Amino acid sequence: MGVEGIGARVVRKEDKRFITGKGRYVDDIKLLGMTHAHFIRSPHAHAKVKKIDSSAALKMPGVVAVLTGQELVDDKVGNLICGWAITSKDGSPMKMGAWPAMAPETVRFVGQAVAVVIADSKNLARDAAEAVVVDYEELPVVADVHAAIKAGAPQLHPEAPGNQVYDWVIGDEAATDAAFAKAANVVKMDLTNNRLAPNPMEPRSAVADYDAAEEHYTLYTTSQNPHVARLVLSAFYNIAPEHKLRVIAPDVGGGFGSKIYIYPEEMVALWASKKTGRPVKWTSDRTEAFLTDAHGRDHVTHAEMAFDANNKITGLKVKTYANFGAYMSLFSSAVPTYLYATLLSGQYNIPQIHAEVIGVYTNTTPVDAYRGAGRPEASYLVERMMETAARQLKVDPAQLRRSNFITQFPHQTPVIMAYDTGDFNASLDAAMKAIDYAGFPARKAQAKAQGKLRGIGVSCYIEACGIAPSKAVGSLGAGVGLWESAEVRVNPVGTIEILTGSHSHGQGHETTFCQLVAERLGVPISQVSIVHGDTDKVQFGMGTYGSRSAAVGLTAILKAMEKMEAKAKKIAAHALEASEADIVIENGEFKVTGTDKAIALPMVALAAYTAHNLPDGMEPGLKESAFYDPSNFTFPAGTYICELEVDAGTGKTSFVNFVAADDFGRLINPMIVEGQVHGGLVQGIGQALLEHAIYDANGQPVTASFMDYAMPRADDVPSFNLSHTTTLCPGNPLGIKGCGEAGAIGASAAVINAITDAIGKNNLEMPATPDRVWRTIHAA
Amino acid sequence: MYQTTYHRASSVDEAVSLFGKSSEAKFLAGGQTLLPVMKQRLASPSDVIDLGKIKELQGVELSGDVLTIKAATTYYDIMTNADVKKAIPAIAHLTSVLGDPAVRYRGTIGGSIANNDPAADFPAALLALGATVKTNKRSIAAEDFFKGLFTTALEDGEIITAVSFPVPAKAGYEKMRHPASRFALTGVFVAQTKSGEVRVAATGASQSGVMRVPAIEAALKANWSPSAIDSVSISASNLLADIHGTAEYRANLVKVMAQRAVTAAG
Repeated sequence: MGVEGIGARVVRKEDKRFITGKGRYVDDIKLLGMTHAHFIRSPHAHAKVKKIDSSAALKMPGVVAVLTGQELVDDKVGNLICGWAITSKDGSPMKMGAWPAMAPETVRFVGQAVAVVIADSKNLARDAAEAVVVDYEELPVVADVHAAIKAGAPQLHPEAPGNQVYDWVIGDEAATDAAFAKAANVVKMDLTNNRLAPNPMEPRSAVADYDAAEEHYTLYTTSQNPHVARLVLSAFYNIAPEHKLRVIAPDVGGGFGSKIYIYPEEMVALWASKKTGRPVKWTSDRTEAFLTDAHGRDHVTHAEMAFDANNKITGLKVKTYANFGAYMSLFSSAVPTYLYATLLSGQYNIPQIHAEVIGVYTNTTPVDAYRGAGRPEASYLVERMMETAARQLKVDPAQLRRSNFITQFPHQTPVIMAYDTGDFNASLDAAMKAIDYAGFPARKAQAKAQGKLRGIGVSCYIEACGIAPSKAVGSLGAGVGLWESAEVRVNPVGTIEILTGSHSHGQGHETTFCQLVAERLGVPISQVSIVHGDTDKVQFGMGTYGSRSAAVGLTAILKAMEKMEAKAKKIAAHALEASEADIVIENGEFKVTGTDKAIALPMVALAAYTAHNLPDGMEPGLKESAFYDPSNFTFPAGTYICELEVDAGTGKTSFVNFVAADDFGRLINPMIVEGQVHGGLVQGIGQALLEHAIYDANGQPVTASFMDYAMPRADDVPSFNLSHTTTLCPGNPLGIKGCGEAGAIGASAAVINAITDAIGKNNLEMPATPDRVWRTIHAA
Repeated sequence: MYQTTYHRASSVDEAVSLFGKSSEAKFLAGGQTLLPVMKQRLASPSDVIDLGKIKELQGVELSGDVLTIKAATTYYDIMTNADVKKAIPAIAHLTSVLGDPAVRYRGTIGGSIANNDPAADFPAALLALGATVKTNKRSIAAEDFFKGLFTTALEDGEIITAVSFPVPAKAGYEKMRHPASRFALTGVFVAQTKSGEVRVAATGASQSGVMRVPAIEAALKANWSPSAIDSVSISASNLLADIHGTAEYRANLVKVMAQRAVTAAG
């Protein structure tokens, strides 16, 4: 490893502009003649739109247009799509209602847009929006899964009887039932995985610019995957053909999944730019973000785990109701199925698993992937079950896990996934040592003597990342392939540009991707630039989510580098009159091994571009591209252990220690990895203790601002104690597994396991607010 | 935000005069409630009259047994003031746990009590310490000042100039922070005056705003110790209930916070 190569704690290149306020976000973009959009949103969770009267608004100062859902229909703009087809157990395709970008007839959640005002300024648009009169006829509401699945419940979409999108199953039901019939012990639990609002620091934003002369569109938008945005906008929404649409995602301030999707506002801005002949900007405010950014989680589950007389798991049965909200968002259908139920084996040898997932419509904001996406729900379920089982079977929770660990790899689970490698004992050992697990009973007794309730909670998570092998996901219903592309351009003077289809919105790609180049060529990272987030510059890409950018995106860069290096070696060998096989690359030079003969990279690059003296038949230039499609998912795994105290008087939780031992395979930049783990852990702790997107029975959101929705703050979380154990991923040449979601996947179970240990009562739902914990302590 | 006209008053008299000339004016102190409400278009004052830069409304004075905090003094300035820390450290503590750093740098004692949010911290201190609210027109006892949710004895155009606190023998404040807003989910201020009177006020608990807690006052009058409150029963009826705390939980917090405030008071 060089000072800036793989494994080096290189300070982030991009932070200079972020820390000094020089980041360039979508809302920073101002175009000549730009107008501003303000959406008129339904105050009702379910209603017919009877009439929209915009006559008064159109006469107000600065108003350019008031556009409605009916005009989208008239212009044949397509409805929003869901890109992953799921088949129900009876063989029928999933049942979806249409989702128009602005509702022409029916609104189905509070905040759904019915019209948009385009005006010269944001404030004028907002003023005029107040003058648009929308006549609604309210309809009965179902605000949660329980209400939605009742017989006779109000129906959201005629296409989906019983508000049911699908009833999907995985695993062998008969074999699982047989395992339960023979079980020595069965552990049963009901679990709720609370709905979360993603809340990236930067809200969504779009600037759309239609050029009438060229019939060309440019969309600047807060996207994790600009190429996918262009593909969907072109192929399904009938707004602009691909070659006439440029999508740019500049600096983006966090996404956590919520910026994967193509939302109504971005497509309406693009369409409205052509309708009005002016550039259109829309930037969400925080309340709009709470109302319209896709939410996460929201499962209601019953699970049962069977054990034999030796406390070995023999089976797992799961039935989950997943709340999709009012419409099926872009990847929503895959989240509680292939991203959730396929991880129900956890780190354990479970011979039989059967899971049934019922997807349900409710009059709430649509739900889709949010950091972890299905895997936090699976991990929470499995790890709460393991803890509960240990308590019921009266065995040490760490030991129960250890005795059921998968230790032979590869391992085929009963739920599709084939784990390639791992060492679950190693991460459990590391975490137990870091927290002094053996010393806990003494610490608990000491705390008790001081009137404190102390608890410890273990969580051994596994996730499937490096999303994903295209052929495999295609066979499961995905509408896209999940490879990645890259291009390496060596400029004539030897500086290097890496064009990548990955997109950085906080992950530090501008640093880590350069480190691979530094590692291979021995050049400083200052000579390397990363180009991303622009469909006119980068040929194609699938974007960043699912902890895929290092495992998939960086591997694509490696493939392109290898091609470039092979050509450069030929040029160097020709110049040095040596054999190509004898050329090695060191410190930015191409050397003839065992001699002092060398030619520097800039001279090789110059030779490639002057083309005065290239090997016979060689094309000029030094630029190579590659597409990389992974052969399998990757399987990051680890153990989190949390030690905390509960204040019996108030129910408030205080952390004593939180240790994380993760196996992410090879680390490119450990400092950035630690930052990713910190952020993930905070989101997992946020889910466990604080965050909950709540609706009342009328479908009104109760938590639509930070005054009510509790985001974790620095003083809500401990200082983390991190470590790594390593098994290299055999599926990609760099041995990378991915690190972006682990914290959010593994943390919440550790926290709830620790609180329930502290209070001596096992039934406790998230978020474990002080009130809820206090009531649980004092419940009869 | 709707269009409004901003005025920076340089004296209380000028502020009063500006108020008289406007149709629907609002006084602006630290702006920690008014500005967010205006940004959400839930308030649309024709004029905003900024009191924050008026010199006569700034500062803290300790004179004998009376601590006077001028109305436009920020929480941060109160929290760090040597006289406050010396005379009534419980007030310094209260300001140190009020909101977050951004709120503490901007928010003021006058703004807090004029708004009388049922979960604001300062009303509990005024009520428990038997403070007097000074305005440009009169002096009002804290007991008579707070009139329920977001309501006070202030008349239209009346400006709070200062709050005077009799220095107590002992005082303490403890709160359970609202996990999202950092207001008081419930906060209790306990005080023992130099003449031996005990006053206890709770904020964030009652549906009618800040309240005295006579049962705890009686228990502490008999025995100034946390354990004296053990047997006190607080009724949950008429207490606030929301997603962050049931009425029963808040009733419990009134007791627990009172006990901890007594411990803190010494």
